[in-house]
Amino acid sequence: MKRIGVFVCWCGSNIAGTVDVEKLSEEIGKMPNVAYSCNYKYTCSEPGQEMIKDAIKEHNLNRIVVAACSPRMHEPTFRKTLAGAGLNPYLLVMANLREQCSWVHHDEEKATEKSIALVRRAVQKAEFAVPLEPTTDSVTGRAMVVGAGIAGIQAALDLADSGHEVVVVEKEPTVGGRMAQLDKTFPTLDCSICILAPKMVDVSGHPNIKLYTNAEVDKLDGYVGNFTATIRKKARSVDEEECIGCGICWEKCPNSVPNKFDMGLGDRSAIYIPFPQAVPSVPVIDRDNCRYYETGKCGICQKLCPKDAVDFEQEDTFVEEEIGAVVVATGYDLYDPTRYPEYNYDKYEDIITGLHLERIMNASGPTDGKVKRPSDGKKPEHVTFIQCVGSRDSQKGHEYCSGVCCMYTAKHATYLKEHYDIDSSVFYMDVRAFKKGYEEFYRRTTDQFEADYLRGRVSRVYGEGDKLIVKGEDSMLGEQVTLETDMVVLATAVEAKPDARKVAQTMGVSYDESFFMTEAHPKLRPVETNAAGVFLAGACQGPKDIPETVAQASGAAAKAINLISKDEIENDPLIANCDTSRCSGCLRCIPVCPYSAVTEEEVTEWNHGEEVTRTAVNVNESLCAGCGTCSAACRSGAMNLRGFSNEQILAEVEAICL
Amino acid sequence: MTNLSAVKRKNQGFKEKIEAESGQSVTSCYQCGKCTGGCPLSFAMDYAPRQIVRMVQLNMKDRALNNSTIWLCATCSTCTARCPREVDLAAVMDTLRIEARHQGIKPKEKDVALFHDIFLNSVKKSGRVFEMGMTVAYNMKSGNLMQDAELGLPMFVKNKLNLTPDKIKGAKEVKKIFDKVKEIEKVEGGH
Amino acid sequence: MKYAYFPGCSLHSMAEEYNMATELVMEDLNVELREIPDWNCCGSTPAHTTSHLLPVALPARNLAIIEKEGLDVVAPCAACYNRFKAANKELNEDDDLKETVNEIIEMDYQANVEVLNLIEVFQNDDVMEILEEKVNVELKNIKPAVYYGCLLTRPPEVTEFDDAENPQSMDQIMEAIGAEPVEWTHKVECCGGSLVMARSEVVLKLSRDILKAAKQAGANCIVTACPLCHANLDMRQEQINKKFGDDFNMPIFYFTQLIGAALGHSKKNLGLKRHFIGSEGLLGSLVG
Repeated sequence: MKRIGVFVCWCGSNIAGTVDVEKLSEEIGKMPNVAYSCNYKYTCSEPGQEMIKDAIKEHNLNRIVVAACSPRMHEPTFRKTLAGAGLNPYLLVMANLREQCSWVHHDEEKATEKSIALVRRAVQKAEFAVPLEPTTDSVTGRAMVVGAGIAGIQAALDLADSGHEVVVVEKEPTVGGRMAQLDKTFPTLDCSICILAPKMVDVSGHPNIKLYTNAEVDKLDGYVGNFTATIRKKARSVDEEECIGCGICWEKCPNSVPNKFDMGLGDRSAIYIPFPQAVPSVPVIDRDNCRYYETGKCGICQKLCPKDAVDFEQEDTFVEEEIGAVVVATGYDLYDPTRYPEYNYDKYEDIITGLHLERIMNASGPTDGKVKRPSDGKKPEHVTFIQCVGSRDSQKGHEYCSGVCCMYTAKHATYLKEHYDIDSSVFYMDVRAFKKGYEEFYRRTTDQFEADYLRGRVSRVYGEGDKLIVKGEDSMLGEQVTLETDMVVLATAVEAKPDARKVAQTMGVSYDESFFMTEAHPKLRPVETNAAGVFLAGACQGPKDIPETVAQASGAAAKAINLISKDEIENDPLIANCDTSRCSGCLRCIPVCPYSAVTEEEVTEWNHGEEVTRTAVNVNESLCAGCGTCSAACRSGAMNLRGFSNEQILAEVEAICL
Repeated sequence: MTNLSAVKRKNQGFKEKIEAESGQSVTSCYQCGKCTGGCPLSFAMDYAPRQIVRMVQLNMKDRALNNSTIWLCATCSTCTARCPREVDLAAVMDTLRIEARHQGIKPKEKDVALFHDIFLNSVKKSGRVFEMGMTVAYNMKSGNLMQDAELGLPMFVKNKLNLTPDKIKGAKEVKKIFDKVKEIEKVEGGH
Repeated sequence: MKYAYFPGCSLHSMAEEYNMATELVMEDLNVELREIPDWNCCGSTPAHTTSHLLPVALPARNLAIIEKEGLDVVAPCAACYNRFKAANKELNEDDDLKETVNEIIEMDYQANVEVLNLIEVFQNDDVMEILEEKVNVELKNIKPAVYYGCLLTRPPEVTEFDDAENPQSMDQIMEAIGAEPVEWTHKVECCGGSLVMARSEVVLKLSRDILKAAKQAGANCIVTACPLCHANLDMRQEQINKKFGDDFNMPIFYFTQLIGAALGHSKKNLGLKRHFIGSEGLLGSLVG
């Protein structure tokens, strides 16, 4: 006989403030199969859990309903409670009274009525709950890191140092990412490449790291603990094994194209390494701009290469890697300021972005670290910074704050004054300098380095003679102001990469409306995703500065290590199961399964004394993610999702609708 | 000094009224100043356009309705086109002018309001604007009798001045439109 | 091609030359304009600064007349165009307003009339083809600063026409007739508009800024599609010179006047002599 115990949680005033919990537990107590019903202020607390355990013993309960918050929050908690009382944890059913009732309704009477229906549903479901046992799977003790900017590098090194093999896949021909483009880092003004380069070298030399640059993940198959990644190694046109990075090829290449790494401010050859510290120090041919690929003639690099490493015929190749966990660290992009036509970014060469200025100030940049105007090569006497270009703008940009621009602008203004004696003005809306050492840095920018901070969003920038005119309001003054300046630097917003959505889909990770990948819980599971075994690091999850990125990367690595260090992992038993005796062999479940977990099989059975072989299906328990699509598609009722069986769902529908 | 609590008590509902009539969320404004930064008229105004929005946000009705800014706004909509919070400030300015009229507040830029009245009177009378008649009426009423007198002769010579109004057949219909609008808005605006 | 035509009050008085040139040019380009019968003033700026209903009702009466004829309407005056578009948008977004306004105008307007400014008529391959074919006067050394002002492009969600900060459509027409529009900074700045009556000194400053920017950019004339902008820049130029000690002598054209010139029409027929700032020196023998 089923003896169901129902525990209604107040969740402090979260539920009890809107729902009459007393009436609820009383009404539910009247249901014929409910042996015990009560309510309690904080059911998830230790005394709350003890209360459940005691009640199980005292009232001989064998099914438990907890009516509280979302099962995403506390289902694991209460399953443990049941196990502690000697019950199978899957005999628990939760009713979500908080997110699905009290938080979204105000009328107490109606909310109480709805909560009674919700709990009645849970009770009816519990009636059909059966004990379930999880199966186990082995775990591949290797990990893959996608993206080798500072986030990916940090995650890869942490993973590798823990003794696990790591596969690193980087889209660009070199590791380093955005941080390699930066000149200095705030708030310490460390040289960016100086602190990054050793880590880049470590990645390439680490015995546990297998590095693929100029490569992308095409496909990720499998499941937590046992993934197979298909990696496309894009043709580099240079044999990585043979090349010694001597540099003759790029020195002698006759073609010259704008250098993307320098934001188009300088030129590079068609066969190139992106920057001197590139890892690996192996060039790549930009086929769109190579004379050989354009005309079939030239081939100077090939002729001069002492190792015969240039290979014009090279094609993309594919490799497969087995891994147990994935860290996605694909980084960010910057907002395109041409979307602010009033700032005339595409009209005047001396209106640049912060990243342009990083390259200009960098010793290995297009001006060898001398600050010069792109238009005429003159040193600017005064530079104006405009904050929030594309940030905090629901009309033409992003609603969010990019979080890093206030500090990188302060860094720029400080450095311009300290090293070049260039004055600057900064138009800002709010200075957000809330991390360790940031406010102090900002104060030095204004006090010691005398940057003029003007509070207001610039309305327009245009040219007059060889000056740029910046027009805005100084809202402290309450007056429209104009400023004559020699160069304008736009602090452009951090945004998701153009292919972020595709990457997220490949990895099975969800993303938000701005195409940043979403974490499993904004506070409590910040590096995990809703795809088990896939973790996030860095700005692919949202705008971040370097300290935060590194911290998150180490967090993601720790989570991945935690997973791949296990010999085996438990599978969730809430997966599909086919009752082959009822299966008609229509095979409709096979194409609808997103995980390729259902396969056709032959079953042999006795029919009227005769042995008959016919078609049915089988579910691979490791691949099945328990989505239930197959059971919805099954016409004969043979396919059942454990924990959400057909009879349970019908009972729930009946409880709510009738 | 402004006692914001007292102002709020006194003018409860002012912000909501302006929001409803302009169809704009004044609340959304985060006071960045991009409107003022681009406003071609701000040099002549007593308050920055941004400050007018602030006054509405804080229910400072008296000041929001009694200033030169709302009258000097030329509704060029530069602010509207650039606002990062998607507030159509030009529409808010229209609403404030209309509200000031409803409240019987003497316009701080009386000539601007006078010009609008005379223009509309001209339309009400003949269905179209009679520029010559309007100019004469304006000069009389504003007391600037000789304003732009030097333009008169060349305009006349270049045939730029019609000496008689261009009265349309449906002038009566147009007058009726004015009357009906006045009737409806008297009822609606009177609260 | 056939459109309803709403000249507006200015084109029947101060800006008659805009009307003259427009009618000539449209005829050349096989665009038929049918002036709508018994039209009334759109209410311009004074209406919307005074009332919420009047600025919708006044255009609605005109639009209702046009709707009956089943045509789209062309409004060459930037102000009329803007008011028509704004009224249409409000009516389309608010059924209650539509009902009220229809009661006021005692007509049934369903807000289905498409409103075009005159530049939009040229955004048509057939029209441009005919134009390029028929141009017979080379507008050598005509370097206009093409001036759009406020009302053609703003607010963008009302006009939905060209780029609000850096419009190009009129420049492209100028290029098509052989003029060489300059790159300049004040394309969409405000001239002060109707404040000219009450606060003329404000308008003189703003109009001066525009003239100055045009001159600095190397323009030898300004081209516009707005009668009010034209009046402020042309008729007030002498006052500006006097007040600020400038020596501007910058002809201000309606864009259809320059097109008309390129198509071989005479100064007289294009109403060029109605301008305060003469264009003899600039157009010289180019135009008869």
